[in-house]
Amino acid sequence: MPKAASSSADRIWAVFAKDARSEYRTRFAVNALFLFALVTLTALSFATGGAGLTPLLASVFFWVIVFFSALSSLAQTFVKEVETKTATFLRLTAPDDAVFFGKWGFNLLLLLLLEVVLTPLFIVMLNMPVVNWTVWIATLILGALGLVSTTTLIGALIAVAGVRGALFSVLSFPVLLPLLVVLIRTTEVAFGGGLEAGLRDGFLVLGAYAVVATTAGWMLFPFVWRE
Amino acid sequence: MVGEQPHTSFALQIEGLSKSFGKRVICRGAALRLATGESLAVVGPNGSGKSTLVKIVAGLMRPDAGTITHSFGSSEIKREVWHRHIGLVSPELALYEELSGTENLDFGNRVGGWGKMAADYAAALDEVGLGGRGNDLVSTYSSGMKQRLKYAAAFLKDPALLVLDEPTANLDEDGVARVWSSLARRTLALIIATNEPSEAERAQSRFVVGR
Repeated sequence: MPKAASSSADRIWAVFAKDARSEYRTRFAVNALFLFALVTLTALSFATGGAGLTPLLASVFFWVIVFFSALSSLAQTFVKEVETKTATFLRLTAPDDAVFFGKWGFNLLLLLLLEVVLTPLFIVMLNMPVVNWTVWIATLILGALGLVSTTTLIGALIAVAGVRGALFSVLSFPVLLPLLVVLIRTTEVAFGGGLEAGLRDGFLVLGAYAVVATTAGWMLFPFVWRE
Repeated sequence: MVGEQPHTSFALQIEGLSKSFGKRVICRGAALRLATGESLAVVGPNGSGKSTLVKIVAGLMRPDAGTITHSFGSSEIKREVWHRHIGLVSPELALYEELSGTENLDFGNRVGGWGKMAADYAAALDEVGLGGRGNDLVSTYSSGMKQRLKYAAAFLKDPALLVLDEPTANLDEDGVARVWSSLARRTLALIIATNEPSEAERAQSRFVVGR
């Protein structure tokens, strides 16, 4: 008896699991992501010389590292598919929703892993302890959701367009700038600076950004992927 | 053998199809019809646009003008879901090198909802002569074995329309014999894009591109 047809969740999981298995075997994106983050963090650590950073400056540093690490690797999930011609197999096999959300989920996993690894290293190497862990964790999760929603769609766009290099950063930066500004403000509070009065609005903006960016990405993805 | 349910009602219809890249014309006002059980050879010299036509038919590229209709009986299929009933074996398509042959088939089955079971993977691999190599990573396969795996995936999918671009590229004598034998047992609409007269002769009709 044949298997029952896969549900949407099964198909999304299949894309996610395929990417995770491929990544486990090749370390294609992980190497780029973590090496960039560690090199940048080390450079900043030497540059500041352990001098006391302000919470604002520390939060700027943290998100600069995460932002550029994300740009160095998150587009790879699509770029690699196109360069190795597996994108044609994927297009003729998987529904668009499964591809978008499967890749979205995989990128989210990568970014959350980066944040988990980066957090203790950042605290130790830049001597900047987190004061409010609830705010810190909420900011990391909402920040990752916002970053991933945008970079997944733009990654597909540059991969399909056949344009690589700086275009990913150039396209992503203006879209992500509002997100980064709010993330820096909420992270500043987590480091014991800033004004807690604006936190609620900050989280609302971050949550709304993630929802809007994910929805827009999901709706626009078929036009990028198929046309 | 796997996936032999006939798709008796499938039809591909092309009308007024035009595609060009600058001054290079691939086709102009082309029309053709292909139904289940029929086969068509797309022929023309190197660079004439055979692969481009294949991509257009498979929904991977838009034509400049004209209409392409995929239908089952009287129901026209939306372009967004053409991928569900199309199989493609082409140099423009590759399977995942970092996965094994079986993992590639399993991925296709799961993500495409082909409704097959693990035993079908082994049968598909056996059919193309890859029995016993299913657990090896595709990166360890020769180019001929990779071509065979593409056929295994296409046969497992059991498409109503199978499009072959350079169908015997990289295949040895055994591979060629297996492929034609498997195709002969299947009931589907078949398009073969090729330079090889012997391959083109296997199709019932011809379409010449680049003129």
